[in-house]
Amino acid sequence: MKVSLKWLKEYVDLKLTPKELAERLTMAGMEVKTIETIGATWNNIVVGQITAINPHPNADRLKLATVDIGKGSPTVVCGAPNISVGQKVPFASVGAQLIDGHTGETILLKPAKIRGIASEGMVCSEKELGISDNHEGIMVLPPEAPLSIPLSEYLGDAILDIDVTPNRPDCLSIIGVAREIAAITGEKVHLPELHYEESETPINSFVSVNIVEPELCSRYCASLVLNLIQDRPSPDWLQQRLKNCGMRPISNIVDVTNYVMLEYGQPLHAFDYHSLKEGNGTPQIIVRRAADDEKITSLDGVARTLNPAILVIADKERPVAIAGIMGGWDTEVTKETNTVLLESANFNQATIRRGSNHLRLQNEASLRFDKGLNPNLAMPALKRATQLLLQMAGGKAARGIVDAYPGKSEPKMIAFSAYEVERLTGLKVGINKITGVLSSLGFVCQEISPSQISVSPPYWRSDIKSAADLVEEVVRIIGYDKVPVTRLGSSLPQQESMLSLGAQRSNLKKKLRNFLVGCGFQETVTYTLVSLEKLQKLSPNLELKIPPLKVANPMTREQEYLRTNLRAGLLSTFHHNQRHEPGGIRLFEIGKVFLPQHPSHPSPDKGGGGEGLLVTPVVATLSETKGKQSQGERELPWEKEMLCAVLSGPRAEMSWRGDTKPIDFFDAKGIIEALMNQLKLKTSFKPNDNDPESSSGLTQEARVNIISENEEVGIVGLLHPKVAKAFELSGEVYLIEIDLEKLLKIVHSQLPAMRYQPIQRFPNVSRDIALVVDEEIPYKKVAKIVQSFPLVTKVTLFDLYRGEQIPKGKKSFALRITYQSPERTLTDEEIDQIQQQMLDKLNLELGATLRSNNQKV
Amino acid sequence: MLEELEKLQIKALAELDKITGSRELEQWRIRYLGKKSRLNQILHSLSILPLVERRSTGARANTIKKTLEATLKEKEEILGEALLLSSLEGRRLDVTLPGQPISSGRFHPITQTLEEICQVFQNMGFQVVEGPDVEWDYYNFEALNIPQDHPARDMFATLWIDSDRDKKSRLLRTHTSPMQIRVMEQRRPPIRVVVPGRCYRYEATDATHESMFYQVEGLAVDKNITLADLKGTLFDFCRCLFGEERKVRFRCDYFPFVEPGVEVAITCLTCNGAGCRLCGYSGWIEILGAGMVHPDVLKRVDIDPEIYSGFAFGLGVERIPMLRYGIDDIRLFYGNDLRFLRQF
Repeated sequence: MKVSLKWLKEYVDLKLTPKELAERLTMAGMEVKTIETIGATWNNIVVGQITAINPHPNADRLKLATVDIGKGSPTVVCGAPNISVGQKVPFASVGAQLIDGHTGETILLKPAKIRGIASEGMVCSEKELGISDNHEGIMVLPPEAPLSIPLSEYLGDAILDIDVTPNRPDCLSIIGVAREIAAITGEKVHLPELHYEESETPINSFVSVNIVEPELCSRYCASLVLNLIQDRPSPDWLQQRLKNCGMRPISNIVDVTNYVMLEYGQPLHAFDYHSLKEGNGTPQIIVRRAADDEKITSLDGVARTLNPAILVIADKERPVAIAGIMGGWDTEVTKETNTVLLESANFNQATIRRGSNHLRLQNEASLRFDKGLNPNLAMPALKRATQLLLQMAGGKAARGIVDAYPGKSEPKMIAFSAYEVERLTGLKVGINKITGVLSSLGFVCQEISPSQISVSPPYWRSDIKSAADLVEEVVRIIGYDKVPVTRLGSSLPQQESMLSLGAQRSNLKKKLRNFLVGCGFQETVTYTLVSLEKLQKLSPNLELKIPPLKVANPMTREQEYLRTNLRAGLLSTFHHNQRHEPGGIRLFEIGKVFLPQHPSHPSPDKGGGGEGLLVTPVVATLSETKGKQSQGERELPWEKEMLCAVLSGPRAEMSWRGDTKPIDFFDAKGIIEALMNQLKLKTSFKPNDNDPESSSGLTQEARVNIISENEEVGIVGLLHPKVAKAFELSGEVYLIEIDLEKLLKIVHSQLPAMRYQPIQRFPNVSRDIALVVDEEIPYKKVAKIVQSFPLVTKVTLFDLYRGEQIPKGKKSFALRITYQSPERTLTDEEIDQIQQQMLDKLNLELGATLRSNNQKV
Repeated sequence: MLEELEKLQIKALAELDKITGSRELEQWRIRYLGKKSRLNQILHSLSILPLVERRSTGARANTIKKTLEATLKEKEEILGEALLLSSLEGRRLDVTLPGQPISSGRFHPITQTLEEICQVFQNMGFQVVEGPDVEWDYYNFEALNIPQDHPARDMFATLWIDSDRDKKSRLLRTHTSPMQIRVMEQRRPPIRVVVPGRCYRYEATDATHESMFYQVEGLAVDKNITLADLKGTLFDFCRCLFGEERKVRFRCDYFPFVEPGVEVAITCLTCNGAGCRLCGYSGWIEILGAGMVHPDVLKRVDIDPEIYSGFAFGLGVERIPMLRYGIDDIRLFYGNDLRFLRQF
């Protein structure tokens, strides 16, 4: 809401500077976004009067104008077409700061000769003064403009742009803001006196009002002005005020309705009375719902199709206005209009809001109605508009006002006390002070007891409903800065156990983040919303395994679907970075994915099981099961936390010591092994042959499932070249994906089972052997046999060899086997014996042989 | 023979004194103390000597052997130490060569900021809880005093999952405030929680607007909780995050689910309150919205507003690193350019 200080001063005495005022308003809840000063730079510009105009001797188009400025009569060279003797004009003398009418640049007026004649100053256009873009001719001031006074005094103003919060539609008006200022500064508000002469003929003989939908229109007031002169612009001061508040002057009648809307906050509408269809007898204003597909052409010339959710003002034949939103084309006031029906009504806030949303038609009127105005505002605003209309356009008012008021309600009374202020704010305020503050805002306070009052809010404050609202009123006027500063003294809630799932969850995430960052991974945070295209790119066949949830009103196609995995975002990030990252990239993200259905309640009748508690974030599920609102068929998606990491490039950063080998599958696997070790979890890996969901997107040759406690918690592998290509990634990219919900469940269940093992007292013995096996024998089979023997505590593979020294189609594993007994020191004979049995078994089951005989066996 | 022994000792000790290398020392040892050394020969041939001579010669030879051995040991230690020193001298390191690189990543600046914020509130006894990103209209709006068609809905441009509009419609939460309701549905006062989380708005993105952002919600409910407590809590928070010298301003503002409502601003980090482009020449930067929990909200979750009161606040997370580090484009956070992320 743009507010002119000059205008405000008509209703309230202002002693503060614009800046101080803006600060006080802001603190009290009316945030002043900007202060625009009109005329701040108007030095050396005064009101002058043109006393003579002579032709320029050397130029046909230019004239020489003599301007009386009180202290002298300078002559200026002027080319404006609209100049004439007797006009009051803004006169700038040398040194004035103006805006160049052609270039728009700020200039300082210098003495000049134009076609040989010295110009002693300049008569300015609106553009040159910075008032508007009008550079058609000079700005002509009203005849009553006092001669020789500085223009800044006459036309200068400060415009405050106030961000009015939705609860305060009363402040979408000059009077509303004046009331606020009065309360803040302790001044009084002076309202216009509403008085005008009425003719003998009663308004009832011209029009009647029928509110068919009293729920949607709580009041409809109308006045009538006859015999007015329409073909006349409104006065300059009124036009200027409209412009200062960001509105365009149109005609005297329309300007009056807009002016009163800005002044009082009540939107009004003027009908051309004679365009209303009379039917049989006097015209009737009917407030009703639009019929299905009913048509109206609105003021802006647009044909609109309505529906019963939209309220209309109609005569007996057709709708003549969309209630509270826009008037109709047919009944608009025109140059021929001589009788005007003025409407000042109150429409249901939600109806206007829905209607203007539906029609995509927001304007100053709908903006006010959709915040909820009070019906009591309709009458004073109508009287004011009638009064002004008579002043501006002459004519006679019909006697009385039509006032259909089905929604009349009793004023509210709120019991209030000083205790309530202190209880909610900690600020001690006496009851007298409270009464003073509330009265300054227009509240009526009555004493009930020495400590209690009964408060009735003024009609324009529909937002005040409870004692808490009154507390805010009192405190904001006294000042939030007066509220003391205390630390919370209330008792602490019971603290969450470190063993709880919630604590474990954040702990787990912290550990994973720390670990991965330590392994050279950069954490990323990518968008929840992704494009369908990106999700499809994740599988070599472009299939979507899980249908993602879609946003009904996406901003862009890039952000249309809720991610069902973290891969899409991470791979896109990878792509974005690879151009400027020659040294390899390691990224990870820990975040939620959104699956349309929760596995624990596939259908609503099954309800949430214990599973649901474990896998959804702490608080989410409990209230779902509370059944406070059964949400029918719909359910919230399963928000599951995942970890995804991608890595590529050399194993180590480039350095003078070498090792520039690229990362391979075993680097990725090693990271998982270390990570799981960090979490104290036993882990194994299972080749992933065909698990359609997670494996698609990874090559079958290099991918394994991560297994812990018989649960598949994740997958690690090489990104499928087709997927890499789809994301335009170069080089081999390895991907790690872990289901945090499953991992958390395991970590949480393992916690109580953890037991300490005494340190072994007897020494261990290590033996190295090299086994030759067929190429197709996987290492895991060998290790399993070795580990199955008693006293074997550790098996380490320290070499894998293929080549000349062993037969083709074979490979050699070099193992270091560690033996240890908890009871005694082992003898060589004992170990020899075990190892012989081991070799026999390896030979029998896997066809393994020792690589050379000089190994110690 | 005794005379020979004496000469031998003098000669041996004199030679030993001149030795500087370990190889020479070994040769000396073989020459004077080895199996074939004269001293050893003498000791082995003692038996052929007459008894008297054997005793005196034997004793003398043994003493000499011990002396030589002891002196040898001394010499060895001296030489060993010299050797140790000389070995270091030979192996001069260019300590200016770079160390073996250990690659390490960093936390995303948002993670870092969230951790900091939560830590400050945890120290004040607040518990961290999280909630769903996809919410019911009921929790996001209705239960927070923003029913259908409420003008305050304009404050929250919403991304919807369902295209109908009622309280059973699903949406991407526009703020973390729905968790106020979820927490109060489950817990009874005293309540002190903070809720970090992602929020979403139907908004065209530019340097200061993102369609996705993080908030941290705070809620404290108990008997006798006041606006003054809110002030104290948030003043402490701002001091912890922005330092002692930062001024904090509480002004009246409107959010439908609090009454009285508050907007909290701090003096601009760029101009220190003098006014600059960043703060719109006001000197203040808005950092959060807050207020006393609205009595209707408390009633809705069966907490008696006549007995209990509470405060709530919602804090924009991106704002903090933006102010601290002078980041002028919010889109950098979720653009995840490594050249940006590595700076934090």
